[in-house]
Amino acid sequence: MSTATLERPAEAATVEDERVFVTLSVAEQLCGVPVTAVRDVLGEQPITRSPLAPPEIAGSLNLRGRIVTAIDLRRRLSLPPAPAGMPRMSVVAEQGGELYALLVDQVSEVMTLPASSFERNPPTLAPVWAAHSTGIYRLQGRLMVVLDVSRILALSSGS
Amino acid sequence: MDDLLADFLTETNESLAELDVALVRLEQTPNDDATLAQIFRLVHTIKGTCGFLNLPRLEHVAHAAENVLGRVRDKVLPVTPEIISVVLAALDRIKLIISALAADGSEPAGDDVPLIASLNAASDGVAPPAAKPAAPPAAAIAPPVVEAAPRVAPPEPIPAAPEPVAEAAAEGPVGTQTIRVGVDVLEGLMTLVSELVLTRNQLMQLARGQENSAFTVPLQRLSHITSDLQEGVMKTRMQPIGNAWNKLPRLVRDLSRELGKKIDLQMHGAETELDRQVLELIKDPLTHMVRNSADHGLEAPQDRRAAGKAETGRISLNAFHEGGHIIIEIADDGAGLPVERIKAKALARGLATEAELAAMPDAQILRFIFRAGFSTAAAVTAVSGRGVGMDVVKTNIEKIGGTVDLKSTQGQGTTFIIKIPLTLAIVSALIVEAGGERFAIPQISVVELVRARALREEAVDAGEPTIERINNTKVLRLRDRLLPLVSLDALLQLREVVTDTAATDAAYIIVTQVGSLLLGIIVDRVFDTEEIVVKPVAPILRHVSMFSGNTILGDGSVIMILDPNGIARATGVASSGESRAMDAHAADRMAARAQADGRTAVLLFRSGEQMRAVPLSLVARLEDLPRDKIETSSGKPVTQYRGRLMPLVPMQGEIDRERAQQPVLVFADGDRCMGLVVDEIVDVVEEKLNIELSGGRPGLLGTAVVAGKATDVVDIGHYLTLAFADWFHGRTSERSHSGRARILVVDDNDFFRQMLVSTLSAAGYEVSAVQGAEQALRLRDNHILFDAIVSDIEMPQIDGIAFVQELRAQGAWSHLPVIALTGHTDPDRVARGREAGFTDYVAKFEREAVLTSLKQCLTQRQKTQLGMAA
Repeated sequence: MSTATLERPAEAATVEDERVFVTLSVAEQLCGVPVTAVRDVLGEQPITRSPLAPPEIAGSLNLRGRIVTAIDLRRRLSLPPAPAGMPRMSVVAEQGGELYALLVDQVSEVMTLPASSFERNPPTLAPVWAAHSTGIYRLQGRLMVVLDVSRILALSSGS
Repeated sequence: MDDLLADFLTETNESLAELDVALVRLEQTPNDDATLAQIFRLVHTIKGTCGFLNLPRLEHVAHAAENVLGRVRDKVLPVTPEIISVVLAALDRIKLIISALAADGSEPAGDDVPLIASLNAASDGVAPPAAKPAAPPAAAIAPPVVEAAPRVAPPEPIPAAPEPVAEAAAEGPVGTQTIRVGVDVLEGLMTLVSELVLTRNQLMQLARGQENSAFTVPLQRLSHITSDLQEGVMKTRMQPIGNAWNKLPRLVRDLSRELGKKIDLQMHGAETELDRQVLELIKDPLTHMVRNSADHGLEAPQDRRAAGKAETGRISLNAFHEGGHIIIEIADDGAGLPVERIKAKALARGLATEAELAAMPDAQILRFIFRAGFSTAAAVTAVSGRGVGMDVVKTNIEKIGGTVDLKSTQGQGTTFIIKIPLTLAIVSALIVEAGGERFAIPQISVVELVRARALREEAVDAGEPTIERINNTKVLRLRDRLLPLVSLDALLQLREVVTDTAATDAAYIIVTQVGSLLLGIIVDRVFDTEEIVVKPVAPILRHVSMFSGNTILGDGSVIMILDPNGIARATGVASSGESRAMDAHAADRMAARAQADGRTAVLLFRSGEQMRAVPLSLVARLEDLPRDKIETSSGKPVTQYRGRLMPLVPMQGEIDRERAQQPVLVFADGDRCMGLVVDEIVDVVEEKLNIELSGGRPGLLGTAVVAGKATDVVDIGHYLTLAFADWFHGRTSERSHSGRARILVVDDNDFFRQMLVSTLSAAGYEVSAVQGAEQALRLRDNHILFDAIVSDIEMPQIDGIAFVQELRAQGAWSHLPVIALTGHTDPDRVARGREAGFTDYVAKFEREAVLTSLKQCLTQRQKTQLGMAA
């Protein structure tokens, strides 16, 4: 959280040609979430299961007195489930006044990236990834998928 | 604005709201002098005060209105819709001026001359001039559009009024009894208190681990103060729902004139309290729905006549608490929603394909009306039909975490059911565990906790509650009831994760009340109770109806709150119980439905080759007795049952001593038990018990069609007398057929009520039964007619004596024969009973005497009636 907050002014100053991302990894894939969408970064948390919920909902957790719905990003992106016992971190985002925690394998650094290295999704990207990302950044030797938080959180309420 | 004016505005706004309601009431009951006096007083006060404050415009309008009312009060003028319209128009003008006054502290400019002229004309008994469409009194004759304008306009400036008033009143003179506080202040307080409660809980949890800590005592104090504070803050936020309904009688009255329909608005449960914020938020949806019912729901008088209904349509509002929710029902007895038209519309708007529609149940099709821009009104009227409607209502209700549902029957009407959960409330909850997860159940819906074991042989004589199955359905035998059970881990699909729950032989059962229905929920463990703050679940989980919210416990973990209503619905218990659940809130409806429906739960069993049936409510318990438990005492089979000897009566022939297990139906009354030995317990079904062929065979009341098959209905009384010769004195052999006389049975004892109902039904009477005098009196007040009443004497609340005195005192039943049933027949009591007004006095257990007495009373009554006719 603290890192994220500190980086925000920097992002505001360089809004034209640079953007700031919280990077994270899920099933070996490097991803980024715009820092403005991130409310908090949490370590391993006790999570209460929500029975009868859609499978991608891992449960609920307590964030300083607020109840946060945890979404398993691996399941959301149809990736293999995390190995049992692996500690997981979460990135907290807000949507429609509700808080959601995206469960990821690892949250790493906050990066400021030039707009010039951004590219739209290649057409060959797997549909599930294409549906939940806005584009890709070329980093040194790696690619970072920019996750579209609002689309990830747009779970059907299954009525 | 000075204090005086602020006070005046506050007071006048309240008076005006009262006036609207009172005037409409007056129009319906023109001879109600009390209402008239109240109206006159209110208008007079307004006039008097504004003269004092120098508000000439207000004073003139109020004065003219007062004149009209004065003449009505003096009976110079009759109460006519025209007069009421004129006065209402004057009130609207007053409201308009008041709101302007509230906004800038002075009377707005305006011309009241035509209005005052028409008021004066009315007061002189002259018909209002029809030629002036601008004058509100002409509205009755003018086209609806014109009328709508002055009527619709006033409510808009009104909401603006309270705010400046609030400011002024808050700094008002010392000594005022009430102050007005912004809702946001209360809201803030509530949030703080919620957090305080949670923190207190955490502290308590910590302190529990440390004995003799110096913190213990202050912490106790803190805890008490927190509880008091919480209660106090909650109270500040509660308001009766009637506050949201105040405007409706006026609205409906105006609508009925505008639409040319006759509408009767009934409101029940106006005192039901709910959170003030929620109240504000449902006001508009409610108004909209009532308007819809009046406009689309109810048919025009001529259509109603053609359909064979009363010309006056009925809209009823009903509010009550259920579990942790507030339920508001808005029902009309109109034409019902046009399913075909909705289908066509859905198709036209591309919301569904024809094939999809064909496969949809009607209930789902009806829900299309909650879609945006979906209006089925053929014509767009000034009132509704513009396609902004139900979707807005639904969105608004869902915003506060509520749901809205509807039921509609073609030709019979539509009912909307709004369910608003308590979102901000703090409730006490029981924490339980199932399938390795913890859940909270609101304490309010928990009736009791039972520790039971799965059916084992050794449990039978222990008298311990046991879980068993009837035809694969788990039930619990608990005292004199059979309780449907659901297993929480199975229901929430938690079982796959856990290994040992299914095998445990002991379980905790949370007995919950859902409406009037009891349901047992099986859990693995029960922890403590804890105060919890109900927080709404995330929108993506809202469709899981089994949870009413979630919360954070003292130890900081998140926990889901179970909704017993949702659970009952999910298990299908409520589908049969739902009607019963609603009945609990309206005994009158219950009676009406019982007359129309009359279904009872029936236990089916086999004896020999024959299928037999007995009303389930008569059966106390079902047992499977192992062979070695059946003993013989003075030549008769008995068993040791709960520390006593219980006689066993075989349904047919002898008890088969070779069988390892013997199914037994246990009937109990007080501390006496009797076991009826049968061959096999088959099923429990809901059936309308229509006993047809009464063949006069001993032990059988007759034959009824149960589950599609002719089934003998057992006369338990016969077997009771076989077990205890003195259970009843004498047996019924003769059955009187005195036509279908209608009998009302009043008895608080379930056993005897059922007994009487079956005895009297078999004797050819049409029988209704209620549990107490209060319900009986409600039936009377609803003008339900009977030919005779059979009532118990010893009853809680109102006893038989008081009941009969009340009957004799007034009402439609004052001349009915009333037969008293009692366990005591000493001459003194009999004399007292006759003095109170009982026609006859019969010992409770003598069925034949009851039948004879009834016959006599009815013959006597017929004679008297004939005599009176002649």
